Amino acid sequence: MHIVDRRLNPGSKSFANRQRFLRRAKDMVEKAVREASKDRAIGDLESPGEISIPSEGTREPTFRHTQGSRRDLVLPGNKDYVEGDLIERPRGEGEGEGGGGQVGRGDGQEDAFRFILSRDEFLSIFLDDLELPDLAKRRVAQTEKEGLRRAGYTTTGTPANLALHRTLQTSLSRRIALKRPKQSTIDDLESRLVEAQSRDDADSERLAAELETLRNKRSRISYLDPIDLRYRRFERFPKPVTQAVMFCLMDVSGSMTEHMKDLAKRFFMLLHVFLTRRYKRVEIVFIRHTDRAGEVDEDTFFRSAETGGTMVSSALQEMLKVIRERYDPGVWNIYAAQASDGDNLSSDNPQTRDLLQNQILPLCQYFAYVEVSGPNTETHGYVPHHGQSSLWLTYAALQKESEKFQMRRVSRREHIYSVFRQLFQRRAAKTAEVG
Amino acid sequence: MRGELLYEGKDWDFGTIQRIHDAVADIAHKELGLDTFANQIEIITAEQMLDAYASTGMPLFYKHWSFGKRFAQHEGIYRMGLQGLAYEIVINADPCISYIMEENSATMQTLVIAHAAFGHNHFFKHNYQFRQWTDPEGILDYLSFAKAYIANCEERYGHAEVERLLDAAHALMPQGIDRYPRKRPLNLHMEEKREQDRKEERERVYDDLWRTVPGRARGAMQLAGDKRRALLGLPQENILYFLEKAAPRLKPWQREVLRIVRLIAQYFYPQQQTKVMNEGCATYCHYRLLGRLHETGQIGDGSFLEFLTSHTNATRQPFYDSPSYNGINPYALGFDMMRDIERIVREPTEEDRYWFPEIAGTGDEMEVLRHVWANYRDDSFIAQFMSPRLIRNWRLFHVVDDREQPNLEVSAIHNERGYRDLRRSLSAQYDVGGYAPDIQIVDVDLAGNRKLVLHHRVRDGKMLELTNAAMVLGHLANLWGYEVLLQEIDAGTEQVLKEHMVRPEAG
Repeated sequence: MHIVDRRLNPGSKSFANRQRFLRRAKDMVEKAVREASKDRAIGDLESPGEISIPSEGTREPTFRHTQGSRRDLVLPGNKDYVEGDLIERPRGEGEGEGGGGQVGRGDGQEDAFRFILSRDEFLSIFLDDLELPDLAKRRVAQTEKEGLRRAGYTTTGTPANLALHRTLQTSLSRRIALKRPKQSTIDDLESRLVEAQSRDDADSERLAAELETLRNKRSRISYLDPIDLRYRRFERFPKPVTQAVMFCLMDVSGSMTEHMKDLAKRFFMLLHVFLTRRYKRVEIVFIRHTDRAGEVDEDTFFRSAETGGTMVSSALQEMLKVIRERYDPGVWNIYAAQASDGDNLSSDNPQTRDLLQNQILPLCQYFAYVEVSGPNTETHGYVPHHGQSSLWLTYAALQKESEKFQMRRVSRREHIYSVFRQLFQRRAAKTAEVG
Repeated sequence: MRGELLYEGKDWDFGTIQRIHDAVADIAHKELGLDTFANQIEIITAEQMLDAYASTGMPLFYKHWSFGKRFAQHEGIYRMGLQGLAYEIVINADPCISYIMEENSATMQTLVIAHAAFGHNHFFKHNYQFRQWTDPEGILDYLSFAKAYIANCEERYGHAEVERLLDAAHALMPQGIDRYPRKRPLNLHMEEKREQDRKEERERVYDDLWRTVPGRARGAMQLAGDKRRALLGLPQENILYFLEKAAPRLKPWQREVLRIVRLIAQYFYPQQQTKVMNEGCATYCHYRLLGRLHETGQIGDGSFLEFLTSHTNATRQPFYDSPSYNGINPYALGFDMMRDIERIVREPTEEDRYWFPEIAGTGDEMEVLRHVWANYRDDSFIAQFMSPRLIRNWRLFHVVDDREQPNLEVSAIHNERGYRDLRRSLSAQYDVGGYAPDIQIVDVDLAGNRKLVLHHRVRDGKMLELTNAAMVLGHLANLWGYEVLLQEIDAGTEQVLKEHMVRPEAG
């Protein structure tokens, strides 16, 4: 007989199989996340949660019987049935008659199987082949910030950084090394001296001398010496920027229908999920505009309606103001996504273009413009259509000049995801150039 | 005879395991007359147990997403605490490998060793189903070959390609089993003798009158069809085998993969048919073995009580109206039947002598049980050895659910008139022919449009479930490369009830 201890063998033998399974389930996971993102607030995608997927597509079919016209059940535990008794057919599943329940389970099992993915797994599948635009990425690598981190101890420093524990440790070892007399030793000697003196012993003098030496020694070797002091040391190190701010700009003028706002919301939501995967900290700034712009909270941003004309430049001005006040471009990665139906006051167009080109784009990692339109407009993606909006025409020139700027059109809910992917697709060829 | 305690408390180490094994082996071989493969006991963690679950218990297996799915399923259930893990997994190999979990207490390890390393082990070595269909010496080597071969294929032909093929093969796995040994090829001597016999038969029955009977031409055509089918070995119920040998468009590596899936399915086939007996045998053995260890003072009273608790839990059979009823528990049925045989052999009643004249009162229950374990499978075992006494104890009753009738009818209960009916119906539930659809390839026209024709013989109106059937047939058509026609034929009336026609996907 052999005994083999397998416990130390590398575990997770199923890892490769799990990977295969996830790959297989990918389509459904994507579908599930799109479903789930419908009703959630932007921040909610952040909170940990599990998403389950139906078993279709991961079904393992085999030839199976349907129930047929006659079933024979042999069951244990007869109480008072006798041959020939008629039993009423149990209603639903698993009532009274065990057999009924069993069959129900057998049939339903495949469809009811739900596989739970952790949020991490789910997101990494979801955003699998998306990447931050190259330009932005390179910038991230360059932009560095100084950070402080603990680096051992030092003998000099400010009192605030005094490392008490370490200081007392050094003090203790010094006292031991120099044989500083203990208080208890002295107390002991003192009591013996008193005793000797009371007996008028000859020893008393020797004891007094000894006590004197010890006392001297004790006063010479201090309990805590400046030499013992230790301070926490910090060193500076370059810290890559790992925070991002995302500006959501949206036109809320009367021409934006609920449908368009819904499209915009979906887009912003995806962007948010995506950025949080890449950065430790993401802040969102909501700016809505008509002919005036203002920073608002999420709820107002998506829900309240405004009326008025449309001046896109006002939103860009507001964004610049917020950046100046709170988000230093040296410290923050700045992303912006703008959603609009494309209407703009024609006299505002030159100013808008100028603002974007000369002031905002140099500060941003990436600026995406999504033009939303009614559900009946067929085009989406980068296919220009006939009635081009004034904003689209204004921006079109920019897109050619700067890679940081991308624009797409979207008219239907189901296209949001593909448009988003187009905007953030990993650009293999260019990565090679940069790398 | 009082032995020394093998262990105390719940802790164990390798020395303990060795001592337990030796003590159990001593009783098993000398007193119970069990004959086992050499044992290999492997200690694993819960994580590894989950891994093993996913690949049907085998220590190594080729990679496929469905195992990942199974792993996720089990893991989910386990993590939520809905279900504990099995205490052991045993593999029908030579040496016989038993996995035991590290968190089992010493008593549980004793139970597991007695159960798996001796009970199951003996059954694997002797039951005719296993002897006929499995090769315990070769299985691990074969699995490692299969794993390497499929990994190699993935590398050469791409993951997607191999995955598609395995999906299709897995869908047809239940139809990849030989239920009867295939005909051995005749040797020349036999061939000659057969030809001789035929000639004599022809001469004996020769009658010139037959020449004048009309309808000859049709007969000739019929003959051509018969001959064609005979050449292809049709009708054939082993669909994977047929595809491996005859599918026109498969590449050699694809045939090999089909073969791998088919052989592995065949290896597991006996286990499906002997669930009750196999567990019954193992449970009966551990019950006897631990009882004996306790009698001889090798395990303490406390340990014995711990064992009894687990044993009772495993062999619990809730009644049909209990909320925890989940079908008949194979451990309970198997164990009770083995104990019942022991009773019949040792202390038969008049009734037993009438029902089981050949074993009642013969005195050596182990001899009878060893014979039973070697020569029966679940359906024949129940049909043969279910005693009236056990039927009464279990209070079995038979309910007929006829769709056409408004009510269910109790057709038999545990009384004199009902015993045979109950025994027959219960046995039928364990008959593979009953629960697996009977699907056969009946014809193919290799010279014409190459359409593959299959028949499903429908009994009791049990048609094929549509969604699944469509998917499996899709896989089948892709493997075959041409059209596939499945006809569902009523076994009684020979009427075609339904036809499924599937074309392979383009490309």
